Amino acid sequence: MNIVDILEEIEKVDGEVYERFSPRRTAMKEFFNIGKKVSLAAIPMALGSMFTKAYGQSTLPSGVKAVLQFALTLEHFEAAFYTQALKATGGADFPGSAQGTLDKTAIGIISGHETSHVNFLKGVIGSDAVAAKASYDWTASGAFPNPFAVGNYGVFLAVAQALEDTGVRAYKGQAPALVGQGGVLTAALNIHSVEARHAAKIRYMRAQNGFAIKPWITGGNDSGVPNAAAVYAGEETTTQATISIIGINATAVNAAAASESFDEPLTTQQVLDIVKLFGVS
Amino acid sequence: MKNLQEEKEMLQEESSIFNSTLQRRSFLQYAGAGAAGIALIAAGCKKDRNNPMEPGKTGVTLDFKDDFGVLNYAYALEQLEAAFYIQVAATPYANISAAELAYFKDIQFHEIAHREFFKNALGAAAIGSLEVDFSKINFADRTSVLGTAKAFEDLGVSAYNGAGSLLKSTVYLTLAGKIVSVEARHAAYIRELISPNSFSNVEVVDMVNGLDKSRNPLEVLAIAGGFVKTKINVTNFNA
Repeated sequence: MNIVDILEEIEKVDGEVYERFSPRRTAMKEFFNIGKKVSLAAIPMALGSMFTKAYGQSTLPSGVKAVLQFALTLEHFEAAFYTQALKATGGADFPGSAQGTLDKTAIGIISGHETSHVNFLKGVIGSDAVAAKASYDWTASGAFPNPFAVGNYGVFLAVAQALEDTGVRAYKGQAPALVGQGGVLTAALNIHSVEARHAAKIRYMRAQNGFAIKPWITGGNDSGVPNAAAVYAGEETTTQATISIIGINATAVNAAAASESFDEPLTTQQVLDIVKLFGVS
Repeated sequence: MKNLQEEKEMLQEESSIFNSTLQRRSFLQYAGAGAAGIALIAAGCKKDRNNPMEPGKTGVTLDFKDDFGVLNYAYALEQLEAAFYIQVAATPYANISAAELAYFKDIQFHEIAHREFFKNALGAAAIGSLEVDFSKINFADRTSVLGTAKAFEDLGVSAYNGAGSLLKSTVYLTLAGKIVSVEARHAAYIRELISPNSFSNVEVVDMVNGLDKSRNPLEVLAIAGGFVKTKINVTNFNA
């Protein structure tokens, strides 16, 4: 994904996008030529301000903006979760991790992505982007012990798994609202698959730390956490678009594989009901 | 849905007769310039459709003028992936661990499920079966298998990510979304087998915005084509 692709996609929907950005298309090209010389770190900022200037707060279609704000609300929460986890150990490996530094590095990578998603979405939404909460309830209103306390590494990974799988399902559920939106849809899909990579990695980390679980979702709630039932509601389905996947066309696809092979979306309300326990709204 | 498919198929046939290799005029001359000639050729097309298992020398065509083209594109990629993992599971590499074999069998069935789902969903509009070419892969060697698996999974993720904006139907977009995240899970797992903590490294995720890659169909097929003998034609797609 690069910004020229995004703009070209938007141009398909909004033929005047370049005019919105600048009175002259050539000026845009100049911007990109200059952009190539700017350090990579400056791009999210530049990208964000470009979108904001192009549409202003009144012209980003309201349905699109609502999706982006919702996504940002979740990304703030995820980013804060990992930031808190890394802060709690003061830079040391997670106590109780069988993988030591490898696990700490993995959480650092995921944390970095979530923070990047926050900054990216803030940039696209503009100046009225929703802010992070001052604090979150990391026990989900008492559903779990403090995931960051020493001795609770297993809880931390379980909550992380639930958050990542929720993130995957949340983005999937928003995609239909972005159909026909070109670059904005593509960007959302690009975040969606990163969340799925995270989810698989966290699940793999749990397996390496002794909890029997696969990188993919088997049946419904396979997290081992009864309180996470809502996160996996509907994941057990084995029928797609009225087509039964079990034994499809006389293959040996069983119920487990049929559920694993398709991840399911969550509605906005289902996601909000899950995360409100953490103080997210 | 079936009726809609048949309708669309008829439209596709009508337009393809006149827009493909022969121009309408020369086509009519060639066919004897009569309605009977058109009917004959149309019947010939119908017959091809009834034998989708044999794409033959002309290959298959992905026509991106509507969502069926995108779904067939996904079907083509799933055929490739399924064929690969069926081979991996049937002839596991040397000294494969029980855990790795179990997961490769899982992935095999996921890809078979995807392939068969698209086949059934597309019905008469489905392209035929592709003939694969795995001569570059050493299935006895873990490094070769994992490297290919990684390439296929990352390619699949980028393909679905790039194809989403081509879809007009929210139903199909959601279905594609249901599959791409499973491909991303595969990609992350296989990457971890190759190198710990490479699940979303800079090869696939840009570190500034935290975005996975997207590729358009031409970019994807240029890579996938190295593993497919059947010619894959693309129409009505502009990069």
